Amino acid sequence: MQMYEALQAYNLPDERGHFGVYGGVFVAETLVHALEELRQSYEQLRQDNDFLSELDYELKHYVGRPSPVYYAKRLSEKLGGAQIWLKREDLNHTGAHKVNNTVGQALLARHMGKKRVIAETGAGQHGVASATVAARYGMECVVYMGSEDVKRQASNVYRMKLLGATVVPVESGSKTLKDALNEAMRDWVTNVEDTFYIIGTVAGPHPYPMMVRDFNSVVGRELRVQMPHEVGQQPDAIIACVGGGSNAMGAFYPYIEDKSVRLIGVEAAGYGISSGKHAAPLCSGRPGVLHGNRTYLMQDENGQIAETHSISAGLDYPGVGPEHAWLKDSGRAEYVAADDKQALEAFHTLTRTEGIMPALESAHAVAYAMKLAPQMSKDVVLLVNLSGRGDKDMDTVARASGIKL
Amino acid sequence: MSRISATFQKLRSDNKKALIPFVTAGDPNGQLTSMIMHGLVEAGADIIELGVPFSDPMADGPTIQRSSERALEQGVGLRDVLQIVSRFRQTDQTTPIVLMGYANPIEAMGYSEFAHQAQVAGVDGVLVVDYPPEESRELTSRLKASGLDSIFLLAPTTLEARMDEVARTASGYVYYVSLKGVTGAKNLDLSEVAEKIPQIRAHVDLPIGVGFGIRDGKTARAVAELSDAVVIGSRLVEEIEQAAPQDVVARASALIREIRQALDRA
Ligand SMILES: Cc1ncc(COP(=O)(O)O)c(C=O)c1O
Repeated sequence: MQMYEALQAYNLPDERGHFGVYGGVFVAETLVHALEELRQSYEQLRQDNDFLSELDYELKHYVGRPSPVYYAKRLSEKLGGAQIWLKREDLNHTGAHKVNNTVGQALLARHMGKKRVIAETGAGQHGVASATVAARYGMECVVYMGSEDVKRQASNVYRMKLLGATVVPVESGSKTLKDALNEAMRDWVTNVEDTFYIIGTVAGPHPYPMMVRDFNSVVGRELRVQMPHEVGQQPDAIIACVGGGSNAMGAFYPYIEDKSVRLIGVEAAGYGISSGKHAAPLCSGRPGVLHGNRTYLMQDENGQIAETHSISAGLDYPGVGPEHAWLKDSGRAEYVAADDKQALEAFHTLTRTEGIMPALESAHAVAYAMKLAPQMSKDVVLLVNLSGRGDKDMDTVARASGIKL
Repeated sequence: MSRISATFQKLRSDNKKALIPFVTAGDPNGQLTSMIMHGLVEAGADIIELGVPFSDPMADGPTIQRSSERALEQGVGLRDVLQIVSRFRQTDQTTPIVLMGYANPIEAMGYSEFAHQAQVAGVDGVLVVDYPPEESRELTSRLKASGLDSIFLLAPTTLEARMDEVARTASGYVYYVSLKGVTGAKNLDLSEVAEKIPQIRAHVDLPIGVGFGIRDGKTARAVAELSDAVVIGSRLVEEIEQAAPQDVVARASALIREIRQALDRA
């Protein structure tokens, strides 16, 4: 009952960043004050018309918003069921939804007088989006990246350097995204006075999950206007991939109270859920505390964080934003998973039928839509949030086909 | 009275300051950890902070990260740490032990199970880096019911208003993080510590320990003059990292003995 009421007039998180039992501020004492300062600045600016119009201007002229919705007609006809529509976040500047958030946070950093920004990155998309806005606003930028990912994503590393950022390879732990996040936190603790930490997804301590959601919710707000206008109705379901969950949260948020719209998050099943080698905490993890919030995590029986696997580096994370944990428990959103093979197949199918090459992350959402559509009638509208473009994944896709570029 | 309070009371009447070494449980292995602990007590340690290894030690610098990784390679989890404490307690019933670590291993075990098992093992206090007071009311009350102290951190960035909040929840002692940074950093600023400790005293009626960045007897003594206890972590863990297995106990003890002497020198 309590959950139902909360969703009637959705107003989460609460003042301390809780979504039910999830979220919160689980950080070392040194950061408590910095997070409180950030929360206050953000609370003030999110209601400030000058700030909001500055943000709108940047999203329009720099990012290229609004992004179109596109009817994937040949794909839909091939599948012979529901209509598949795509929200084209792949057309944004830098090629993914990540920039919606980095523009917002960089403007916030500037208002707070911080001249140095840091970021963590896995695939390098958030790192590139952060380095990009740092160049745009004249800020120093340091990006932490697991040394394994530095090897796997060499071209994005070079992109960041071209943009003037310093890329620091992280050698600790599993040398991937979660360790990059740890290292960014360590930098922030050390340089807390002059540094702004741009977190790349709806995770981390409050206010990050709320703030990153708000900045990405431009996607859902556009959809609410575009869908009736161009499709003649709101979607029957919105399907988005979930790594940390920012593109999904951005699309879902303006629809949470509109319960006629199914919200479906697609996690990375890697080699398959039963293999244990995946990145699907909502589908098969347990609640715990990591990176400043309580949420579903991939972990062993001792509470050690498990190593994850996904063909898409951007989904290769053992946690998930706390708001998704809440949406799952409350039943408002459904969470499913697509494995590496299904994502690759979706990648090739979308590329061949529509001439749109999705990011491997987004391909997970496409894969689930392809599974769902044939079981549905032609008047059903599925909206897939196509969170990014696949140029960055050329090497990975080629390697999966046994080709070396 | 808790073992921790009793320890501080005795030290006060002897006009001495507490020396608190930190070691990671399971580094280099569980067997050696309890031997190291006994050695530290013999060398003059008053309280031992025992690190619970965690896969993602966000507040730790490279030295303690590596130490945690070595322990994890041995498969040492929270239950094993409690076993190490039990073993230590067979021959030492007086030295307080504080578990120091991160939230998730405790979340995974469950609060009441953890509080119960920790009490049975002979733990005296718990310090969880990523449980600030606001997020740990439930755990704190379970620990209290089991007779365990909840130790909290205070930082250079902690505002005075918040110190009252910490004071309401904390027991045993409070731990002042002497610098902005991670464990093992080298930018300790004594004058900042000197400025902050009186502020803390005005709000918190508990002994104040200071840690992060204390690497030698001279600094330890200077910090002890301002506070009630000094914590030696990374410097000691370095010693353990560099020693051959047969020398670990001797080298760890030698360092702590040297610092004890510096603290006690008239
Ligand atoms: C194109 C794209 N989609 C999705 C993600 C996953 O992040 P999130 O779940 O926060 O949207 C990433 C992360 O790198 C990405 O680059």
